[in-house]
Amino acid sequence: MTAFPKRRWANCPPYILALFLAVTPAWAVQPDEILADRTLESRAREISRDIRCPTCQGESIDDSNAPISRDLRLIIRERLVAGDTDAEVFDYIVARYGEGVLFNPPAEGANLVLWLAGPALFLVGSALALAAGRRRTAPEVALSAEEETRLKEILKE
Amino acid sequence: MIVELGHFALILALMVALVQSTLPLWGAHRGDARLMALAGPAALLQMGLVGVSFAALTWAFVVSDFSLAVVVSNSHTLKPMLYKVSGVWGNHEGSLLLWVLILAVYGAAVAAFGGNLPTRLKARVLAVQGMIGVAFLLFLLLTSNPFWRLALPPLDGQDLNPLLQDPGLALHPPFLYLGYVGLSMAFSFAVAALIEGRVDAAWGRWVRPWTLAAWVFLTIGIALGSWWAYYELGWGGFWFWDPVENASFMPWLLAIALLHSAIVVEKRESLKAWTILLAIMAFGFSLIGTFIVRSGVITSVHAFANDPDRGVFILMILGFFTGGSLILFALRAGAMEARGVFALVSRESALVANNVLLAVATFVVFIGTIWPLVGTMLLGRDLSVGEPFFNAAFSPFVVALALILPPGAMLAWKRGDIGRSLRGLIPVMVLAVALGALAFAMQTGRTALGPIGLMLGAWVGFGALADLWARTGREQGGARFARLGRLPRADWGKATAHFGLGVTIFAVSAMLAWKIEDIRIVQEGESFPLGAYEVRLDKVEDVQGPNYTSTMGWMTVTRDGEVVAVLNPEKRIYPVAQMPTTEAAIDYGFLRDVYLVLGDRQQSGGWAVRSYIEPFANWLWAGCILMALGGLLSLSDRRYRVAAGARKVPAGVPAE
Repeated sequence: MTAFPKRRWANCPPYILALFLAVTPAWAVQPDEILADRTLESRAREISRDIRCPTCQGESIDDSNAPISRDLRLIIRERLVAGDTDAEVFDYIVARYGEGVLFNPPAEGANLVLWLAGPALFLVGSALALAAGRRRTAPEVALSAEEETRLKEILKE
Repeated sequence: MIVELGHFALILALMVALVQSTLPLWGAHRGDARLMALAGPAALLQMGLVGVSFAALTWAFVVSDFSLAVVVSNSHTLKPMLYKVSGVWGNHEGSLLLWVLILAVYGAAVAAFGGNLPTRLKARVLAVQGMIGVAFLLFLLLTSNPFWRLALPPLDGQDLNPLLQDPGLALHPPFLYLGYVGLSMAFSFAVAALIEGRVDAAWGRWVRPWTLAAWVFLTIGIALGSWWAYYELGWGGFWFWDPVENASFMPWLLAIALLHSAIVVEKRESLKAWTILLAIMAFGFSLIGTFIVRSGVITSVHAFANDPDRGVFILMILGFFTGGSLILFALRAGAMEARGVFALVSRESALVANNVLLAVATFVVFIGTIWPLVGTMLLGRDLSVGEPFFNAAFSPFVVALALILPPGAMLAWKRGDIGRSLRGLIPVMVLAVALGALAFAMQTGRTALGPIGLMLGAWVGFGALADLWARTGREQGGARFARLGRLPRADWGKATAHFGLGVTIFAVSAMLAWKIEDIRIVQEGESFPLGAYEVRLDKVEDVQGPNYTSTMGWMTVTRDGEVVAVLNPEKRIYPVAQMPTTEAAIDYGFLRDVYLVLGDRQQSGGWAVRSYIEPFANWLWAGCILMALGGLLSLSDRRYRVAAGARKVPAGVPAE
């Protein structure tokens, strides 16, 4: 049930597809996109991995073949060359394409629920498990003084 | 005619399932042996009827009967026979028919091999199984009937999506379904136990093999899908945190939790209520998975055949079964008295920690998966959740799990000594840290993920071996080796599966950390370096395949002047489906895969070429195989055959 096809082509009207086949199909990161500066290029790759392709939903623009992903990859590189920080590049893209393109929703506002749900459940779960464990071990606690003496008597016999 | 027969058999199967889900239940309530005895034959008959139906659909695909709508949209006369057959489940309707078939097979397996089950429990288990059958048969017949005829059959079909025309993917759905649906057995046993109001060690012993089998199938199914993505999608990715992948991952995680908590029920008669709850949740997540895939509510790269009406129907099924069973749980859980008490430091506690971590990890995957839906429906915002979130939010729990696994697995039942477990693991700890440090020294300036993964993997893997060794006793030398061979299969299964987990943890981090990538334009005849290798693009030619045309590259990989491999990466076009695909060429190796992808011809001349060194890729699949093998070894343990009635419980594969 998993691993059904990447939707790359599935939702394209046939004429677009024909266009694709006639011209070069866009390919995830093309050789001509790569920046000569290796630090900038690796920053660009890091950023593209966290940006969702706006037309294909489940893929990052780093993996996607959609033309818009290529445009976005080029924009990222343009901004980096212009001297933007990573945060500025993200802001630039979010301002134009909406927060839906961020694969890594920032941990603020309502998204805090997303980020904190796991740790919160962990704390609650551990607390419950500990409490249940206490209850379970409770009957085992130490013998009373009376029992203690009685036990000694029995052992002596 | 054959098609109508199949359709008719499916309707009959629904009728039989209705009988199976009601009369035996009534019989068990009233103590009427005749009504209870109906369950077994009904389950067998249901399997026979669904089998006939499935065979009829397969026949329609094999002979390319284009009067069937499903065949038209998913097949083509020129398609190779293997894919004509796998096309049966390569679509919504057919895959659901397979789902129902597997469900019926599991039910029939209980009927046939469950002779040692108490009559009442058996009747109830089969009745619950029958109810699931009714729900899904109704779903199939009302919303997704595969036997829908076309008034005007076309001359040829529209072909199966070319990406699915692949041997790995032909087997991927059946295995996943065997896993998903296998969890229905744990569910049916759980609900039956709730109705009875009794859970004991014997119950744990009946549930565990089914869960183990389901988990083994899920492991193989997920690994197949991941392997397919690795070689087919053209950039060596193996996991995408895609909603549909998560849908299979969540039941897998919960099945692990269930396996471990059922051990506690079986050996110590403790954690009963929690185990029941886990069984309900595990199957609930299988249903949620089906819902996510079939409704398309959460957009996924996998979305292919979906429809909101079907989604609503599955949501109703999900609501009925999980809701109903949870209400039953709330009413009856109190009756599940725990017998065994245990100290805070004990094997039981370690398994509780395992369960807490796995449940939380599952929950993190779940909330990450549905968060975009929450965003749209409740917050009115368009949100995405992807790999970076899961890496940050999910991984810590896995790391914690890996850290506690070796000492936890060696603790004594009831009251353990953590110091003693850890002392036994000192050599393992030293080895793991040394390996991590070595890796850190050898790699310069790369992410710490690789060394940490190696350390953690070695800790878990060698820890599993140390555990096995510790079980051979305290004597010296040869006697211990002799005892090693006589250890129960369950011990070997445990060690193998845990070792496989270690291998998997290492391989995943190695692949993420040490991958080498190269993207460039290459002229024919030109060479370029790739890690320690030299790659030459010899020539590019057009080749005709059975139902596609291919642009094929010849590339020679050399190392120090020696030819390592000649690889043929391809770009294919399937004219019927009008779809291009890329076929990466991979030289599989023990320590690394060389992975080559041919891109497009450039206007300036030459070809775009993407090449990767994928370190330890084969270790990932090996790790999964070891985990599955560990499960099979445990399944073959004597106690399931002896204690649960000689030869009665199937030693492994209940469904075939």
